Amino acid sequence: MARQRLTHGEIEPLLDTWLETEFTFHAVAPVARTLSELTRDEQDFVLDWIKRIANTHITLAFHFAKRAPDLLHRLDRRAIEAWAVRLCDTYDRAGIYAALSVVEQADNYARTGQPHTEGALFDDIAGVLGNFVRGLSGRKLSIEQGDVVHTDGEKIVLPAMVSRFASRDDNFRLAKATVVLLWAQTRFGTLRADITAACAPYPHPERALQQFNALETLRLTSRIGRELPGVHRDIRRLMNVLGEDLPDAWQPLADRLAAPDAGAEDSLDLLDVAYRLPDFPAWCHQGTLRPDAVTAARAARLDKEKARLRIKLAQLLEEHARSQAPQPAVAPDRPDIEVTPRDDNGALDFEITLDGAPLAPPDDVRQLLTSVWLDFGEIPPEYLVPAGDGEYDLKAVFDQPEDPDAVWQGTYHEKGAELYPEWDHGRQHYRKNWCTMREKTVTPVYDDFVRDTLTKHGGLVRHLRRKFEALRDENRFEKRQTQGDEIDLDALVEALADARDGREMSDRLFVRLHRAERNIAVAFLVDMSGSTKGWINEAERESLLLLCEALELLGDRYAIYGFSGITRKRCELFRIKTFDDAYDDEVRARIAGIRPQEYTRMGFALRHMTRLLNAVEAKTRVLVTLSDGRPDDYFDVYRGEYGVEDTRMALLEAARTGIHPFCITLDREARDYLPHMYGAARFIIIDDVRQLPLKVTDIYRRLTT
Amino acid sequence: MTAQTLTPESHFIDREPYYEAVGDEIAIFEAAYRNCLPVLLKGPTGCGKTRFMEHMAWRLKRPLITVSCHDDLTASDLVGRYLVKGGETVWVDGPLTRAVRCGGICYLDEIVEARKDTMVVIHPLADDRRELPMEKLGQLLRAPEEFCLAISYNPGYQSVLKDLKQSTRQRFVALEFDYPAAELERRIVANESGVDAAMAEKLVKFAQMTRNLKGSGLEEGASTRLLVHAGKLIGSGVDPVVACRSAVAQAVTDDADMLAAIQELSSSLF
Repeated sequence: MARQRLTHGEIEPLLDTWLETEFTFHAVAPVARTLSELTRDEQDFVLDWIKRIANTHITLAFHFAKRAPDLLHRLDRRAIEAWAVRLCDTYDRAGIYAALSVVEQADNYARTGQPHTEGALFDDIAGVLGNFVRGLSGRKLSIEQGDVVHTDGEKIVLPAMVSRFASRDDNFRLAKATVVLLWAQTRFGTLRADITAACAPYPHPERALQQFNALETLRLTSRIGRELPGVHRDIRRLMNVLGEDLPDAWQPLADRLAAPDAGAEDSLDLLDVAYRLPDFPAWCHQGTLRPDAVTAARAARLDKEKARLRIKLAQLLEEHARSQAPQPAVAPDRPDIEVTPRDDNGALDFEITLDGAPLAPPDDVRQLLTSVWLDFGEIPPEYLVPAGDGEYDLKAVFDQPEDPDAVWQGTYHEKGAELYPEWDHGRQHYRKNWCTMREKTVTPVYDDFVRDTLTKHGGLVRHLRRKFEALRDENRFEKRQTQGDEIDLDALVEALADARDGREMSDRLFVRLHRAERNIAVAFLVDMSGSTKGWINEAERESLLLLCEALELLGDRYAIYGFSGITRKRCELFRIKTFDDAYDDEVRARIAGIRPQEYTRMGFALRHMTRLLNAVEAKTRVLVTLSDGRPDDYFDVYRGEYGVEDTRMALLEAARTGIHPFCITLDREARDYLPHMYGAARFIIIDDVRQLPLKVTDIYRRLTT
Repeated sequence: MTAQTLTPESHFIDREPYYEAVGDEIAIFEAAYRNCLPVLLKGPTGCGKTRFMEHMAWRLKRPLITVSCHDDLTASDLVGRYLVKGGETVWVDGPLTRAVRCGGICYLDEIVEARKDTMVVIHPLADDRRELPMEKLGQLLRAPEEFCLAISYNPGYQSVLKDLKQSTRQRFVALEFDYPAAELERRIVANESGVDAAMAEKLVKFAQMTRNLKGSGLEEGASTRLLVHAGKLIGSGVDPVVACRSAVAQAVTDDADMLAAIQELSSSLF
């Protein structure tokens, strides 16, 4: 039986509470009245989202509530949900004013969209189209979300949702056609033309730009017809559905631009004629031309690529010279490099010849050549002069890892940092790119700590070693196997005796070598927050050292990282031992150098470790977290439920990828929330950190045998 | 309809296997063979290494004994072992030993997959000693001049665990294989699968697109072998887009997004 729909009188008090009308004075009564006319199912959907958005910002929730009922008639719920999440994301990223402009986009949907549209959402299609466009020839373009559909020659910008058509598939086809047209602008020379200069002499340069865009759309669409006939068929069909057509006056221009050898210069030639024609009604897959964006991207690219290409060529020559036998003849001081581009059947390839002999270009050189060729339509000779020694500053030419501490000197930026999402419990959704994470290395401290600890706990170390040795697997012969390298003589004698006796002869007659292959990777994540100051820090360092001593016996791959941070903009992960580091004096000194830092924001650390662990090849992956209590951050919502829920979510994510999370906590008071937070993980609470190495052996035994 | 049973020694190839030379690999192989040098074939999967071996075996009129290596392949699997037959132990030669005895060509496919101890066995066979030690028999088998050892290796799997040791690789004459140039590949696809030139051209273009994706989520692009498969399906009346999905896209990846992207690429072309 369908549940009863909520009445106006039932909805209004809910809105009053969520939107705090007592203080905000939002007029909720008319909203409640509209909502009361929806079905109960729709009401639940909208009310749920109002509550969730109100958790982020009340005004946004109010705007959502006002528009949601109308949107329900036009869009499917998936699209509305995506819009709601985008509201919150935009607010997170750029504040309330930017978010309000997203609100207005909903009014756009209301104007242009047809009723009951199933839009193609950017997040759903970006992955597929991103791979798709990288499969096409030319520069590797990326796909980004933005307001104006255009390309700058490096990225293609698509809207948050494509909703011109009723069905999701048609909307996807349209997005794909748009991507192909924008790709063609880079690939077939539109962006090479000096568009700004060409449009400048006209009384209305803006209009000239539009007409030029139209000419190029005609030229490229017919080019697509030859290169990618499947896409062209889609374009024709979509245009038919929308009733779009070529105006008669444009027909002669289209004919000329359909010639196989037509280029951007033909469009420039025709611009005079086109300018006098009436405006071209934009085709559905057409984007906007943004010469400013193109010029900016190109300016940033040119010098860097020239330098990179010349350096790579120098390296290529050096390798080539090394592989050749030393030649007695005097080498010419300037090697004669020639590059022949081959734009054949849609594929773009380059042949390099060195003094007449062909040289196979590696992939990176080929990509640079492609990019340069797309910028110039040829490879300028000065690009083919191999760079001399020290001619370029390699650091300036190739991207360098940023010094994590330099971020805080001068203007704040997020270059070189990794961004991680965070689970917002109230919103029941992730906050995108919320945590700015950087890896740092612990400064090694060479003091007496290592020696003292090993002397102090000598007995324990010996005990641990024995325990770990018992875990160790060794190569051994397995007898009585059905297959093996050698015959098991004992088994054979027995079998023969059995046969004489009239019994059935066993077929388990072989010896087989069993090879010990431990295939485990463990990551330890250690709390380095300020609250560990004192005995906890001391004990953490001691037990890490003891653990390493014991773990070395097993030969498993292991890593140790510490985490700490202050606010979401400064999440820091401290490298103590990476998977690749050997356990040496420096690692020991780094363990000695672990010092309490700031706060306990845990989600980002767990997510980053999950990623690192998954990059290691191993059959079993274990993530051991050692912390002293509740997640917490400075002056932030992270304290309390939010932090607990985010940590829980991060552990769930880790478990979902097949990692075994295990948490060890030293929090003696607040045991009530632990089972919930560590839901996905096994956990133990210990009073004495000295038990830690012993506990870990238990974990090992359970996970590995 | 009866399946043929062949012993490795009698696996002579009578009909010329179709092979288009990319460079001078045939001449180099023949020269290496005449000088009793072992050969290493490098290259991505499906680019024609095995076909090349068949072609060479036909050319040199020697039996071809192929062993596909796997991670459980031990030295005894290659050299031989004692088995129990009717209450007695009997020595049975492994494929490598049989190839040495009959002066055939032994081709160890994907050698890096095999266990480390197998390498040790082939070392004395791969240098100027040309001897196969058979420890368990206490014998040393000296290879006749006709015997040839060839191994293949795919440097694409850039894993430290799966790398060929210098001591092994420096014993071989190396031949590098790659996907053939577009023109040649078109000819191969047309010839092998029977599709017309226009369709072969599209298939090759499609392969090029998937190879562009190498490194952005795809381990390897479509090999020539997959194109031939797709071509054969198309020749039997399967729609080209469907053929590309079954023969190519599904073969190169399991990732749903990547599959969809490759699917979009093929539907753009046909």
